[in-house]
Amino acid sequence: MRLLSPRQTEKLAFALLWACTGIVILPVLGIIAVMLYRGISGLSLGLLFGVQGGLLPAVVGTILLVALTALIAAPLGVAAAVYLSEYARSGPLVRLIRLAIVNLAGVPSVVYGLFGLALFVTLFHFGRSLLAGACTLALLVLPLIISTSQEALRQVPQGLRHASLGLGASQWQTVRRVVLPNALPGIITGLILSISRAAGETAPILFTAAFYSLTSPYPKSVFDPILVLPYQLFVMATEVPNTPAPTKWATASVLIAVVLGINLFAIVLRARLRGSRRW
Amino acid sequence: MTRRTMRVREWLIERIIHLAGILAIAFVVLIFAFLLRDALPVFRQNSVGDLLAGRYWRPTSTPASFGMLPLLLGSVYVTLGALIISLPLGLACAVFISEVAPTRVREPLKSLVELLAAIPSVVYGFLGLLMVGPWLANVLHLPIGQFAALGSLLLAFMAIPTIVSVSEDAIRAVPQALRHNSLALGATRWQTIVKVVVPAARSGIIAASLLGLGRAIGETMTVLMVTGNAAVIPQAFAGFLRPVRTMTATIAAEMGETAYQTPHYHALFTVGLILFLITFATNSIADVVVRRAGGVNAQ
Amino acid sequence: METLGVNMFYDDFQAITDVSIAFPARRITALIGPSGCGKSSFLRCLNRMNDVIPGARVEGEVLLDGHNICDSGTDVVQLRKRVGMVFQRPNPFPMSIYDNVAYGPRLHGIGDHAQLDEIVEKSLHRAALWEEVKDKLRELATELSGGQQQRLCIARVLAVEPEVVLMDEPCSALDPTSTFRIEELMTELMADYTIIIVTHNMYQASRVSQFTGFFLLGELIEYDHTTQIFENPRDQRTDDYVRGRFG
Repeated sequence: MRLLSPRQTEKLAFALLWACTGIVILPVLGIIAVMLYRGISGLSLGLLFGVQGGLLPAVVGTILLVALTALIAAPLGVAAAVYLSEYARSGPLVRLIRLAIVNLAGVPSVVYGLFGLALFVTLFHFGRSLLAGACTLALLVLPLIISTSQEALRQVPQGLRHASLGLGASQWQTVRRVVLPNALPGIITGLILSISRAAGETAPILFTAAFYSLTSPYPKSVFDPILVLPYQLFVMATEVPNTPAPTKWATASVLIAVVLGINLFAIVLRARLRGSRRW
Repeated sequence: MTRRTMRVREWLIERIIHLAGILAIAFVVLIFAFLLRDALPVFRQNSVGDLLAGRYWRPTSTPASFGMLPLLLGSVYVTLGALIISLPLGLACAVFISEVAPTRVREPLKSLVELLAAIPSVVYGFLGLLMVGPWLANVLHLPIGQFAALGSLLLAFMAIPTIVSVSEDAIRAVPQALRHNSLALGATRWQTIVKVVVPAARSGIIAASLLGLGRAIGETMTVLMVTGNAAVIPQAFAGFLRPVRTMTATIAAEMGETAYQTPHYHALFTVGLILFLITFATNSIADVVVRRAGGVNAQ
Repeated sequence: METLGVNMFYDDFQAITDVSIAFPARRITALIGPSGCGKSSFLRCLNRMNDVIPGARVEGEVLLDGHNICDSGTDVVQLRKRVGMVFQRPNPFPMSIYDNVAYGPRLHGIGDHAQLDEIVEKSLHRAALWEEVKDKLRELATELSGGQQQRLCIARVLAVEPEVVLMDEPCSALDPTSTFRIEELMTELMADYTIIIVTHNMYQASRVSQFTGFFLLGELIEYDHTTQIFENPRDQRTDDYVRGRFG
């Protein structure tokens, strides 16, 4: 009646699950391997620091952009998380805020680009600039910062809050002196992860900040457009067919290295901080 | 500092924090409002029917025509394909990680899947354009290495981390006791997974699929680079192997060269508005489903 | 069913030391002792539910019809079909009452509707639940009361037609009325099944069981007729425990 016994079915099914998981993680390893192989062969000091088509300005531009993004988004995100976890009482308002955060996280990145174009570039007259791009990206990473900070705040034991309040500290004093310092490691890790996300984004800055140039000027103020790695790669790959292949691969490798590097840093930091703090 | 100024300062800080709290709502409303503001003028010259059901997207010809059907269908094709690939793979991976894999390899596997999400979309596009596309075109004997299914394939891998992490959470939330009861009745682990664990985690898995769908439909750079960007209506199954153009790719490709406040500009904002509404709907439904599931599991 | 020199470890910690015990067929045996004495761990050795706990290791022999079930060659699935288990907390699956009871038989290959209907009705009857649920078999099992849920879990085990039924403090999460009903039920089931029950409630042990084993710190201190254990124990420690001097 049965083709296979339950045992045999189980063996077959588990083998299949193994295979599926392999298919999922193989590309990660593959991409990293390809990037290492192709990237290192294409990379040279001249390419990194050369005047013509050097990657350094794009690396610097990317760093400037994500730094300004973090500067704008971090205070807003952390404050919102503090409100949600320390002040807000559950009710319709909090439900609405949660729903808004979920939706903000789900808005397509190109739609953020449209919004940035309409609000920052046009209405605020920032023009296509570092500032407009950073504001747009700040919005994009805001939900991520809020949720990671909230998670970090949740990890702080309730007992610490009660102890502080019991000593006559006010709510804000408790937050500032007890809750925030204890949640800081988690908050910073979340922040770094958000930065790595921002460093790889292209669509939101297409019409708000990025421009392509081989003469590699650095921005003189926050109102200048900037050169960033992901946009540079996009243009090389699609619009400038005569870009030499090694240059394209090297650009892609540097971008991956920057993004994964930041990610790795966050992961190591998290492991470190987790190890040193136990309740 | 006197007590009084301290009080005032604290009151001020708390007001600011409160304000930051409702910022998320303000931003969602603002995004919607600005998209609407810049989208609406297009309806002066074009009816809703012309826009949504129009078969021709020719923004720069005279007279221009802004039929969005090819773009809508392009997005549907690419997203559908991505879901067909990513749902089974993602679910299998989540089940494997949470139920089958030895404890030691669980965390490393999870980190690797997360890494999949960390790779920038423009890199996926780059690899698709330079390596995967030409290779697939060669294998499948296609005239060109940029087509809908290639976008689906790459999007699938970008959606998988979302699907894996949300379904894994749901699977882990299934009480251990249910598994033990099932095993004690003589079920194999696989029977337990199929008949008890996955059904009990159903809502979370549905939410994961919706979030994956939202991710896939909103992805921009990868599809822009690998799907060929031909604004034609895809035909049946063969459509997967032909170039298409999605809504996101259209905005990304054309907004840079569009003059401010022209009909084309407004039409692109309309496309953005539609995207916003679609993702708003899927994310909200997913959130409700997850919340309901949380309530059941908490009992 | 009997055990010979069973030792059990959680990693380096020895939870059970050298337990040998023979369970008489179609009788109720109660295992009592203070919490943490290893009685539940021991119970889980009897259908190898310890397999699912990481780090758990069993030595010695557990014999069912003369075969050692601890052998690596044992089909655990077949074993658990023969040795059913009722857990501390009622844990109906989030599906209908009918599907809960039919779960086991379906697993073991019964697909015929009439046959399933019959098994479900018979099992619910035996678990003294049929009258209460016969009109709502398609409703969610999680909507039942705690006592009904536990009887449903018993019906679910009976539907697999085991030879031995293990019960791990089956009444500890229930109110007195439900507890009473389940104790009644056990006495009725005794005619067909070998029942082994772990309980921390000595009244329960004395009410329902014919044999009682007393565990302390992972060792079986004394095993005898229930009346003997409660009225005239041989070991001083058993005497202290059943008289409530410690534990």
